[in-house]
Amino acid sequence: MISLPKFKLEKRETPPFWFQVLMPLLAVVIALAISAIFLAIIGKNPFLAFYNMFMGALGNKFAITETLVKATPLILTGVAVAIAFKAKYWNIGAEGQLYAGALAATWLGIMHLPLPAVIYIPLEIAVGFIAGALWSLIAGYLKAKMQVDDVVTTLLMNFIMIYIVQAILNGPWRNPKTMYPSSVPIAKNANFPKIIPNSRVHAGILLSILAIFFMYFLIRKTKLGFEIKATGANPKAAHFLGINTVKTIIIVSIISGGIAGLAGVGEVCGVHYHLISGISPGYGYSGIVIAMLGGLNTIGVLLAALYFAVVINGAQIMSVNMHIPIFISDVIQGITLLVMLAMLLFFEYRIRRVK
Amino acid sequence: MSIAAVSSFVIWFISATIRMATPLVLATIGETFAERAGILNLGIEGTMLMGALTGFLVTYFTKSLWLGVLMAAVVGLLFGLLMAFFAVTLGVNQHVSGLGITIFATGLAYYTYRAVIGSPTVPPSIKAFSTLKIPLLWKIPVLGPIFFNQYALTYIAFLLVPLSSYVIFKTTFGLSLRAVGENPESADAVGINVYKIRYISMIIAGTLMGVAGSFFTLCEFNMFLYNIVGGRGWVAIALVIFANWMPWKVLGGALFFGGIDVLGLRLQSSAIKIPYQIYLMLPYLFTIIVLILVARNASYPAALLKPYRRE
Repeated sequence: MISLPKFKLEKRETPPFWFQVLMPLLAVVIALAISAIFLAIIGKNPFLAFYNMFMGALGNKFAITETLVKATPLILTGVAVAIAFKAKYWNIGAEGQLYAGALAATWLGIMHLPLPAVIYIPLEIAVGFIAGALWSLIAGYLKAKMQVDDVVTTLLMNFIMIYIVQAILNGPWRNPKTMYPSSVPIAKNANFPKIIPNSRVHAGILLSILAIFFMYFLIRKTKLGFEIKATGANPKAAHFLGINTVKTIIIVSIISGGIAGLAGVGEVCGVHYHLISGISPGYGYSGIVIAMLGGLNTIGVLLAALYFAVVINGAQIMSVNMHIPIFISDVIQGITLLVMLAMLLFFEYRIRRVK
Repeated sequence: MSIAAVSSFVIWFISATIRMATPLVLATIGETFAERAGILNLGIEGTMLMGALTGFLVTYFTKSLWLGVLMAAVVGLLFGLLMAFFAVTLGVNQHVSGLGITIFATGLAYYTYRAVIGSPTVPPSIKAFSTLKIPLLWKIPVLGPIFFNQYALTYIAFLLVPLSSYVIFKTTFGLSLRAVGENPESADAVGINVYKIRYISMIIAGTLMGVAGSFFTLCEFNMFLYNIVGGRGWVAIALVIFANWMPWKVLGGALFFGGIDVLGLRLQSSAIKIPYQIYLMLPYLFTIIVLILVARNASYPAALLKPYRRE
């Protein structure tokens, strides 16, 4: 019914390098072409729409800085998911871990401790990392020790964390002066400094760059990195090599959740300065798309995060200018992920004609 | 409380539990078919949302509730085919393709709603299904109002439990289904078309998920709301494990979670001063606890997540 009659799939020995570069680019173009259909259906000119999207994200200095603001959490969630997926820890919970980080950062920030920024800010980063790590550790521990399906636990914990945040925002932390549920502002000394004048780009982006370097060294240069790759590739063989796969999964869950938590810290301390329940428009889920489009590869994740920062930021401009529903950005993300996945087949296999 | 008040509460509670269990039964039975054939369909959440949207829009424009259900089934079927294309034809990672489908379908549902309806301050509504009283039977004291005054979709969902149990365990198709989910190579060796069986199972799965979604907009609510499926698809994924891939056990699991849902809604409107979000998170919390309890005894279909390629 679906086997290709005259062709045969053959496993590639080593995929050529140009493939790794060309494939994501091609996936992006094909995904935009498919998304164009959905724009055309509602009577919008796709070319004009994409022009608005790219100009809205890259057209002037302000647009570019706003794209960088979006890229900051996306790089972090992308790295968080990529490290997790490398070990086959199916962390779909970056969204909840981001909220855990945001919650912890707010908790520390609204205490208004008499601390200088040089101490307050690192403390914020630390509690955010710990909160995200602990939230993810629950799922990691359950997977590693008790074989509880990590996809379901990490997913459901997103809902639980978001409800926790909403409950707190509607209850003890409710700022009486705001119309929508929001916490009171965090301490001024806990605010991330701006690093580009007259823009919203904040020091959180340095954390993102750090996370990229961290991932590179972790995966390429450390023993743990090797253990992560081995555990992900074949847990039985890894176990045979003397790798403690249970421990590896647990450590990965901590690292992955912690990095996702940092994304939440950045949104609270660098963008909003208070906590709202809509602090993430799905950055955690976008992290999955980014990790996959980037081929779980460090540079790939960075480029994919920048691309989706363009899509998410640009879609807002396109939405306002052309009255296109903002959700087109989710449609593009989903399609890109699916197209990329289909193309991975050609990455692993080559098609040979069978005589 | 008087005895009359207690008994009317009990009747209301059980009847509401059965009602709330309906989409879970439909979606979980659907997912059971998919996983029995060896495919984890994480597209479930998005497929249900598309079902909810389609049911609403079709009914909104045609005023026909059953046409809404039918089209929700068709759209669900199409998303089942999409998942089958990735998991069966291409044989790529099922986790990621399922999530991709959910991200795509979720975006598409909200995109379509916004494009067609816009964002009015008062969301448009339809006249939803009313309950279908089974003649004579609904007049039986206690049992009547509990079991025989439900939505038509609820009767269908609960009748599907014995039906699907029969199909899976007593028919040739069911035998093939289990064979391709356990050992596709052997199934192929005895002449079963693995691809075909997997495609059929994904069509069944997607259709049921689409109908499950339409329950939200056509029965439970009478409009399409943001986050209307609210993770019920993920709960269904967990229920399949809880039920050990057995349709009959789906019933117990779905009723349990339906009950928690009802309790949550009830407590939410009561005077107790606890943030209502605590109740909303209960189903997810219980799902995780249940998963922990059954994890060690779960007997996954052996070929789950494994693509099959004929050499």
